[in-house]
Amino acid sequence: MKTSSPLKWLLSREGLYYLALALLLAVILPLALDPFRLNMVGKYLTYAFVAIGLVMCWGKAGILSLGQGVFFGLGGYCMAMFLKLEASTPEATAHQSTPGIPDFMDWNQVTELPWFWQPFHSFSFTLMAVLLVPGLLAFIIGVAMFKRRVSGVYFAIITQAIASILTILIIGQQGYTGGVNGITDLQTLMGWSIRTDEAKTTLYFVAVAVLFLCLLVARWVDHSKFGRILLAMRDQENRVRFSGYDVAAFKIFIFCLAAMFAGIGGALFTLQVGFMSPSFVGIVPSIEMVVFCALGGRYSLLGGVYGALLVNAAKSGFSESFPELWPYAMGALFIGVVLAFPNGLAGLYRRYVMPLEDRLLRGKKTPAAAPKETTARRDDEALPDHLSVEKP
Amino acid sequence: MNKDDFLLSVEGLTVSFDGFKAVDDLSFYLEPQEIRVIIGPNGAGKTTVLDLICGKTRATAGSIRFRGKELTKMKEHQIVHAGVGRKFQNPSVFEDLTVFENLEVSYPMGHTVMGSLAFKRDAAVIEAVESVAHTIFLQDLLAEPAGLLSHGQKQWLEIGMLLIQKPALLMLDEPVAGMSVAERKKTADLLRVITRDHTVLVIEHDMQFVGDIADRVTVMHQGKVLSEGSIDHVKNDPRVIEVYLGH
Repeated sequence: MKTSSPLKWLLSREGLYYLALALLLAVILPLALDPFRLNMVGKYLTYAFVAIGLVMCWGKAGILSLGQGVFFGLGGYCMAMFLKLEASTPEATAHQSTPGIPDFMDWNQVTELPWFWQPFHSFSFTLMAVLLVPGLLAFIIGVAMFKRRVSGVYFAIITQAIASILTILIIGQQGYTGGVNGITDLQTLMGWSIRTDEAKTTLYFVAVAVLFLCLLVARWVDHSKFGRILLAMRDQENRVRFSGYDVAAFKIFIFCLAAMFAGIGGALFTLQVGFMSPSFVGIVPSIEMVVFCALGGRYSLLGGVYGALLVNAAKSGFSESFPELWPYAMGALFIGVVLAFPNGLAGLYRRYVMPLEDRLLRGKKTPAAAPKETTARRDDEALPDHLSVEKP
Repeated sequence: MNKDDFLLSVEGLTVSFDGFKAVDDLSFYLEPQEIRVIIGPNGAGKTTVLDLICGKTRATAGSIRFRGKELTKMKEHQIVHAGVGRKFQNPSVFEDLTVFENLEVSYPMGHTVMGSLAFKRDAAVIEAVESVAHTIFLQDLLAEPAGLLSHGQKQWLEIGMLLIQKPALLMLDEPVAGMSVAERKKTADLLRVITRDHTVLVIEHDMQFVGDIADRVTVMHQGKVLSEGSIDHVKNDPRVIEVYLGH
């Protein structure tokens, strides 16, 4: 591996792409946008977590999940439960018939905090739950499906059904979940108001930092032998199995990892937006997540991040001016991606922009341009963030 | 010869697909270092036998004992770790990975989730990959994506992926199918090298090729053993001539 020292990696071409994203998110956007817009970007960023997970799970391993909203929602709900409990002090809820419980419980004649809400008084438990609740559900689904060799379309349909089930469950259990309105009116995080502009800007930077942490984890997995097994599985599952691998275990692991990324995204979403509701859990948001992953380029981690940002920005833009047009634009976008550039923006970048970069580099005759190594991924499937080939 | 001296003992093996017995009460035994070729007309159940041994298909009845272990109860990857390598009829290599990476994936280390995350490409791995690549004539193509190889080269690569596992039993399903004459000859040479220190079970149609490599030949017909013995023995067996070789 050529990334022996982190500094060397940062100065490699791939490292520079990461630096460029960091520069955009941590410097350019905060300087260019007012706090309101920056907070919106922060919201889009939380979807980038889902996109990274989908790139790993769908792009690299070929497991299409149409239920990532479930894990995003679970992470978001865990965080919302903590914030809601903090907002529901006996003093703040003195007018309720049962003070000290969330308002929606009181409205639904619930008189006692349910047992599964109790641990969410603890912030450290909540942080664990943000990771473990989505991770555990993904593990159960994974064991049930992958051990039985359910794959492809069947798996996608089942994940979609789970998204639908969870939405119905949340809406139906109004007294415990806040129902269709979700968990709203979240005010403070350990006494610190999350409603102010400064808080939102701080949370934006937290989201950026955590996003990079997740990106690096995903990149590490991708560049390990594990990552090569994923690609191999996507191509020739049987060959991997008969090379001595327990294919199900690899699928379960990557599906859980994607679910945990989505859960982190959901928790950061709740913090930045100030509420969580079933409208972020169901089938439609889950499919939107797949669309922005496809648009960005499902084989590229960075592509997924850009896809999430661009599609969500476009969604906001469209919805502000022509709200009724967005679903059509979204559909057109998806069809366009599938037909015209199946490898997404990352694929386009690799095909059209990177040759220009090569020419520029060669023009300057920098020594860095000399050892040009590209990956062995098929044609433009390989990605901007996938450049260094490990030469035997 | 004592029964436990066999590397592989297949006894009473039966598999039935909705009542159709693709393999019917089949028994045969492989000695260590033996090269056994299975021949037979289409639909005789040859590939199914390999599927049963490697765990791809589950037996309805019967037993497959390999070095004292009962394979019919084991999972596919456990059978691989027990020492059985299987090459499929259509070359199945990982087209998105390089030749080097293809061989490395099969290297018998880092086969668990955590093991593969922690796997380091050390000198031993590189040496093993290069040595196998040399055996399968691909030493100059290590950095090439496997998708760009020719059909014959893919077949060799898949054989190489088995070799690097160091299996005690190597099963090859029509290794020279679709190869050019030159590739066929090279593959025969390759198999001769391999057979020096492996037990090999091959399915093949090319009688010339079979005669070249086989110690013993098993002829299958309708899921059963029709004849077994040296190539000359089966060639002259009237039942084999009747159903397979033709007059």
